[in-house]
Amino acid sequence: MKGYTATLPGGEAIYYVDRKRWFWMMSVLYPLQPLLGIWLHSTTGTQAWLLLPLFIGYVIVPLADWMIGEDTNNPPEEVVLQLDRDRYYRVLTFLVVPLHFISLIGSAWWAGTQSLSWWSFLGLAVVAGITSGLGINTGHELGHKKGRLERTLAKIVLAVPVYGHFWVEHNRGHHRDVSTPDDPASARMGENIYKFALREIPGAFFRAWAIEKDRLVRRDRSAWDADNQILQSMLLSLLLQLGLLVMFGWKMIPFLVVHNVLAWWQLTSANYIEHYGLLRAKDSNGRFERCLPHHSWNSNHVLSNLVLFHLQRHSDHHAHPLRRYQSLRHFNDLPTLPNGYFGVYLLAYVPWLWYRVMDHRLLALPHIAGDLSRVNIDPDRRDAILEKYCATGASSA
Amino acid sequence: MSEFKCPECGYTYDEAVGDPHEGYSPGTRFENLPDDFACPDCSVRFKEDFEKA
Repeated sequence: MKGYTATLPGGEAIYYVDRKRWFWMMSVLYPLQPLLGIWLHSTTGTQAWLLLPLFIGYVIVPLADWMIGEDTNNPPEEVVLQLDRDRYYRVLTFLVVPLHFISLIGSAWWAGTQSLSWWSFLGLAVVAGITSGLGINTGHELGHKKGRLERTLAKIVLAVPVYGHFWVEHNRGHHRDVSTPDDPASARMGENIYKFALREIPGAFFRAWAIEKDRLVRRDRSAWDADNQILQSMLLSLLLQLGLLVMFGWKMIPFLVVHNVLAWWQLTSANYIEHYGLLRAKDSNGRFERCLPHHSWNSNHVLSNLVLFHLQRHSDHHAHPLRRYQSLRHFNDLPTLPNGYFGVYLLAYVPWLWYRVMDHRLLALPHIAGDLSRVNIDPDRRDAILEKYCATGASSA
Repeated sequence: MSEFKCPECGYTYDEAVGDPHEGYSPGTRFENLPDDFACPDCSVRFKEDFEKA
């Protein structure tokens, strides 16, 4: 297996092998799951196989995360430059781009041409949508890089989940405002995921549009100019979905509506859990402090990280947004999620259970230590939360 | 004409070149960038964080 040599500051030579190197292919293959379900349906005739990806994502992966556990290993800083320059890791993120298109087109083809029961049709649309939502993860990894090819591929893959505004919104909006009350993509304590979705989905779109419009105005162009990066990706989405409609007929209308909503819901789910309740403090000038590792919830669970290009090492990602996935680090004493993202999503979908698991974790973080003035709280729930936690002596606020 | 560097990601604003993609034409002084200017590459460092190269 390929290794990297480097010299530590003390003069000691080290040889580092990335044990996860080949396992990163799982992030490439994971979005092909709908095709696995289709293949099993076609060979056995049992429509329930179409739902297999839901079972893999929300039962097998969380159980495997629970059983295999966490990996806290970091590459030595001295080899990170070599790791970043190793084209293999980059090529994996390129390879997955066409696979997202193939997965959606294959699912649409099957939904449009087979006589499926209503529940398996709906199930296939849900599976396709969740899988396209993973395209936002691919676009996320690619879009944070400086290279023109990577940025272009990010905008192309974001056409699959119809989330062309993500590149502008996430890089220029979310990263700037993360873990502040100003960020529509950072969840507040006491805000359930359904209420959050209604703030996040439109809020993110309008913020992206405003940022892109500002850029175009500086260039003396209209917001509707062909240079608008949001419109470029959205145009590709329109062509793709119109093409599916022409090829596979009216059934594509309900299929694509469900697909698109579920793809967006995937991002909403990730955004909801990634910064829940966390708040950057203001300095003496009234500026928010810069984003530090404890301003994001982290998960070191191995399997879910391997299928998500290390997205769950979110603390290091927000502190250092251009760091490549293979080099993201674990730190001690981070806000830590109890499972990988897929398992934690299930918690988030049941608000009372979410609050029960997460609120005490949030208040117990070393930098919060029960002080509610250091928490991003939903203004509508502030009084109830203060009453609940101050009454029990959990807060000094 | 000077250059200013983002301490997080290394993005460099060269006043002679500007950043046409961002709408800052060549010759635009760093001091004339908007007060809320964020690094175009990482967005986690701001105008006041940039260091003269």
